[in-house]
Amino acid sequence: MIGNKSILAVQWVAFSTIVIKEVRRFMRIWQQTLLPPAITMTLYFIIFGNLIGSRIGEMGGVDYMSFIVPGLIMMSVITNAYGNVASSFFGNKFQRCIEELMVSPVFPSVILAGYVVGGVVRGVMVGIIVTLLSLYFTDLQVHNLPVIIIVTILSAMLFALGGFINAIFATKFDDITIIPTFIITPLTYLGGVFYSISLLPEFWQDVSMLNPILYMVNSFRYGILGISDVNVWVSITMLVGFIIVLSSISVWLLRRGTGMRS
Amino acid sequence: MTAALSIQGLEKVYGNGFKALKGIDLTVQQGDFFALLGPNGAGKSTTLGIVSSLVQKTGGSVSIMGHDLVTDSFAAKQCLGVVPQEFNFNQFEKVYDIIITQAGYYGLTAKQVAEYAEILLRALDLWDKRNELSRMLSGGMKRRLMIARALIHKPQVLILDEPTAGVDIELRRSMWEFMQKLNEEGTTIILTTHYLEEAEQLCKNIAIINTGEIIINTSVRDLLSQLTTETFVFDVEGDLARLPELPQYQVAFVGDDCIEITMEKGQNLNEVFVLLIEAGLQVRSMRTKANRLEELFVGLVQEHKDQSDSENGSDNGSAIEPQKASK
Repeated sequence: MIGNKSILAVQWVAFSTIVIKEVRRFMRIWQQTLLPPAITMTLYFIIFGNLIGSRIGEMGGVDYMSFIVPGLIMMSVITNAYGNVASSFFGNKFQRCIEELMVSPVFPSVILAGYVVGGVVRGVMVGIIVTLLSLYFTDLQVHNLPVIIIVTILSAMLFALGGFINAIFATKFDDITIIPTFIITPLTYLGGVFYSISLLPEFWQDVSMLNPILYMVNSFRYGILGISDVNVWVSITMLVGFIIVLSSISVWLLRRGTGMRS
Repeated sequence: MTAALSIQGLEKVYGNGFKALKGIDLTVQQGDFFALLGPNGAGKSTTLGIVSSLVQKTGGSVSIMGHDLVTDSFAAKQCLGVVPQEFNFNQFEKVYDIIITQAGYYGLTAKQVAEYAEILLRALDLWDKRNELSRMLSGGMKRRLMIARALIHKPQVLILDEPTAGVDIELRRSMWEFMQKLNEEGTTIILTTHYLEEAEQLCKNIAIINTGEIIINTSVRDLLSQLTTETFVFDVEGDLARLPELPQYQVAFVGDDCIEITMEKGQNLNEVFVLLIEAGLQVRSMRTKANRLEELFVGLVQEHKDQSDSENGSDNGSAIEPQKASK
């Protein structure tokens, strides 16, 4: 062994190493990780915001473009946080380089934290890119900056954890696209990105309240515009609760070596 | 002195019910160069997989440098370096980044290991390739990269799972030299290999595992002393219309101008030469028929198989392994 470091010092360096590795990975392939959401969201701004939005008029008391921008930023954040961890961790499993970590003295909780932070960094970076692009189409306000920051980071964390669990159970590359395609995308579209749930009949409003993405989108919209269909503090509490549950499950799966150890 | 590796009653039953390890005990002392040998599917990789935390054991205990792998895994894992059988580094990363990332997993920053990384990469002829993507390396370079990666945190115990598989002779010999030097400097090395010549040349102690059981655990010298006969192949010139008469020796034709002579322990090769000359034959060249360790290995594994078969009272075959879960 080189040196004589405390457990905490070793774990801190290991955590930093995983985060740096993760950031280096998505920066290396920026054409696949940072560019596509920028293009997709620009198209959303042009088609839904400008072309269709100009005929819709106001939504929730603001012009339609201003209404959809927070939702689209949040959509970029969560899909990228999820996708980063799912593809990176599964890629490491596929190439067997996850064995490097399993052989090492890095704690499962530190492995998880490293990957999740990597996902959060990508989610936030994409969020910033999309926000900057949106400024070309609309004037964004900042109603409550702390809420914007907290909701963005917590949402990215939650979806990064989801991506991690997905990658643990995935046995082939197709498996990491199933959940985004069949669960996350529909929930995002039905999560109030493009409309206020107050437009829905009461029954569908109640059903929508079961959609966790609705809370994230609305809380983020509150941070920017000061309008929301749900209580922001309920949303943040729910996010924290889900993060605790998914983190616990992830650490337990890592300790068991699910999908990695025979 | 604390053992480098201590395995007690280690068991592994895979999900399909296949019992890969049947409660093995194994101790490797510090400073040893130890070989774990066995036929395919005998349990070598499962054993080393458990020691490396890549396979979940179902019973028994493992400790590395006195640290239990379950209750004190942090300390145990810090003492261990592993070179697996298959390439398991990120193919899209540069050689130097792979080494530095690995160091980070052991709490060592890039700055702290920069000097040692250069020493290692130079020693393994990879320094010039440090900025290349790992997938661009040749097979031999990839093997050396895995060794460099496993050594970056200066482990006290190094596991090498078939490190020279598929490596050409020249490179294999340079890797042997490197490993011997490493061992002389105090690193305990545990090796699995199918090249028994490799084990004979490098290792001080040896264990043979078959069908999940250790069938022998001794020093290479003691093992070789068990050989009672040795067979030599002679290329000869002269009249070989019939076999030369060599009383006391077993002689057989191998081919044109080629015979093999089996000698008992204690018999003298000089006498064989004299008898061959008397028979009008000139020896052009001579070699041993098989690697000495190989002869013993084959004999011991067969003996164990026969014993298992007779104990089971059936021919359902300990050597035929049911399809096993992935390692």
